[in-house]
Amino acid sequence: MSLGEELGGILAIIEKDLKAYYFKPPNISWGILFPIVLALSFSLRSPEGLADLAPGLIAMAALFGTTSMEAIVITFEKRIGALERLQLAPISLVSILVSKVLGGTIFGLVISTVMAFLATMFLGAEITNLLAFTMILLLTTIVHSALGALVAVSVKEVFEAQTLSNYFRFPMIFLCGIFLPLDKMPIVLQYLARLLPLTYSVEALREAMTGTNGTILLNVLILSGYSVLLLYLSVAQFRRNQE
Amino acid sequence: MVVLEVKKLSKQWKHIKAVDSISFDVNEGEVFGFLGPNGAGKTTTIKMLVGLTKPTSGSAHVAGYDIVKEPGEVKKRIGVVPENSNLYDELTVQENLRFVSKLYHIRAQRRESRINELLDIFQLKEYSNRPFGKLSKGLKRRTVLAAALLHEPQIVFMDEPTSGLDVLSARNLREIISGLADSGVTIFLTTHYIEEAGQLCDRIALLVKGKIVEIDSPEALRNRVQDTPLLQIRVDEGPQISLEDLKGLRAEKISLNQGELLIHTTDVQGVLYEIMKIAADKKVTILDVQTVKPGLEDAFIQLTGLSLEYMKAEKEGKK
Repeated sequence: MSLGEELGGILAIIEKDLKAYYFKPPNISWGILFPIVLALSFSLRSPEGLADLAPGLIAMAALFGTTSMEAIVITFEKRIGALERLQLAPISLVSILVSKVLGGTIFGLVISTVMAFLATMFLGAEITNLLAFTMILLLTTIVHSALGALVAVSVKEVFEAQTLSNYFRFPMIFLCGIFLPLDKMPIVLQYLARLLPLTYSVEALREAMTGTNGTILLNVLILSGYSVLLLYLSVAQFRRNQE
Repeated sequence: MVVLEVKKLSKQWKHIKAVDSISFDVNEGEVFGFLGPNGAGKTTTIKMLVGLTKPTSGSAHVAGYDIVKEPGEVKKRIGVVPENSNLYDELTVQENLRFVSKLYHIRAQRRESRINELLDIFQLKEYSNRPFGKLSKGLKRRTVLAAALLHEPQIVFMDEPTSGLDVLSARNLREIISGLADSGVTIFLTTHYIEEAGQLCDRIALLVKGKIVEIDSPEALRNRVQDTPLLQIRVDEGPQISLEDLKGLRAEKISLNQGELLIHTTDVQGVLYEIMKIAADKKVTILDVQTVKPGLEDAFIQLTGLSLEYMKAEKEGKK
C-alpha cells in the first residue's frame, strides 16, 4: 500500500472513532467533568500550593483521558468483530493501531487541555513555555494512548481492559511525582518511578509551566521512545494473538 | 479464468490441525460453496484466504496474488461478508458505507455515486440515515453485503450469510446472492445449510475435520447417491426400535432420530420386510413408510460419513 493510502486509511479510522465513540455526549461530559472535579476537590482540600499540583493534575487528566476510552474502544471493536473488518481492508496493522492511538490522543488532548485551562484560570498556574508545554502534552497523550492500546490488545473483555488499566494507572498516580516530589520518595520507589512514562511527563510539564529548562529535551526523547516502544509491543502482541 | 487457487493449504492451531492440506480452484463468476459441520475448518480457511491469519503450510493465490506475500493486493480485490454483521451501530447506513469506501480508497468523486448505486440495489435507500444498530437483522446483512461490494471486488467471501435470519430475510438474501452471481461476481460461500448451498452454488466442496472429502456440482453430488434409494420410516411414540435391532439389515447406512428411521438400501423390499418383522416383535407402531429420492443432505451424510443426528444438531445450532 502507498503512503497516501495508509494515511487516508488512518484519517478515515480516526474520523470514524471520534464520531462513533469519543465525541458522544456522555464521553464528552465525562471528559470535561473529570478534570473539573479533580481541580475542584484539590482547591477545596488545600487552596495553597495548587499551582505546584497543576502539572501533575494535567498529566493525570491526560493519563485517564487516553487510557480509559482507548482500552474500551479497541476491546469493544475486537469483541464485535469491527477490528477484524479494519484488518480486511487494504491498510496495514501498524496503521490501524496508529489510528487507534491517535483517536485516543485527540480525546486525551481535549480533556487535558480543559484541565490546563482550569489550572491556569482557577488554580493560579502559569504556562511559561507554551511550545514546550504543548509538545509535552501531545507526547504524554500519545504515550498513554499507546499504553491503552497495549492493554486492550492483551485482553479479551472490556472489563479486563479496565482492570488491567488500573494496575498501571493507580501506581503511576502515586509514584510519578504528582502529589509527592520524586526526591522525597525512598530510593527504590524513585527507580521504579523512572520506569514509568508519566514521571517524565510530570517532570517536563512542570518545567514547561515554571520556566525551568533542565530536562525538557531529554524527557521529549524518552516519551517519544516510550511511544514507539508501546506501539511496537501493541502490534507484536496483536500479531501473536492472531497466530 | 481461475480467481482463487489453493494448493495444499494447512493451518495448525497449537495441537489442532484445523485445515489439512486442502487444494481447489475457483473460477471467475462461479459460486463456490464450502460446506461442512461446525469445526470442520471453514472459517479458518476463509481467515487464511482473506489474510486474517497465516497458513502453516501450502499456498493460495487470489486474482494471481499470493495471500502471504502480497496481502495488500489481495485485500483490494476481495470483499468479505463475515458471519456477524460487524459494522458500527452508532453510525448510519450511509456513514458506514462512506467509512468503508474511504478505507478502500474509493475516490471522492466516485464515492457518493457508488454508495447510492448500492443503496438502490440492496433497497436500503429509505434506511440510509438510520443508525446501523437500529436495523433488523436482514437489513444489517444487506448493509454488510453492500459494504463488501463497495470497491467492486473480484471475489466475495461470505461466511454463513443467512445464519440467524428469519425465513423471508434469508430468502431475500439468497435472491440477492443469486443476482450477484448472475452479474459475474465470484462468490466463495461457507454455510452449513446444505439445501442453501444446493440452491446457490455451482460447485460444492465438502469439508470434514479440515479435509476436503468431495468437490463437485450439487447435481453430481446428488447423483452419487441417487442409485441408493432412501427408505424413510416414521414410528409412533412408545416402544422404539434401536439401531442394535437393525444390525442384520442389508443397508448401506442407517440413521435413527426421534422416531424417524432413514435407511439407504438397494434392497427396499427385503429391508422393509425385515423392518415389519422387527416392528411386530417389538410392538412398535409404524406410522408412515416412504421411499424418497436422496437429496443433497443425504449425499452429504453418505459422502462425509456424518450421522443424521449430527446434522440435525448442527441445524439447530447444538454442535
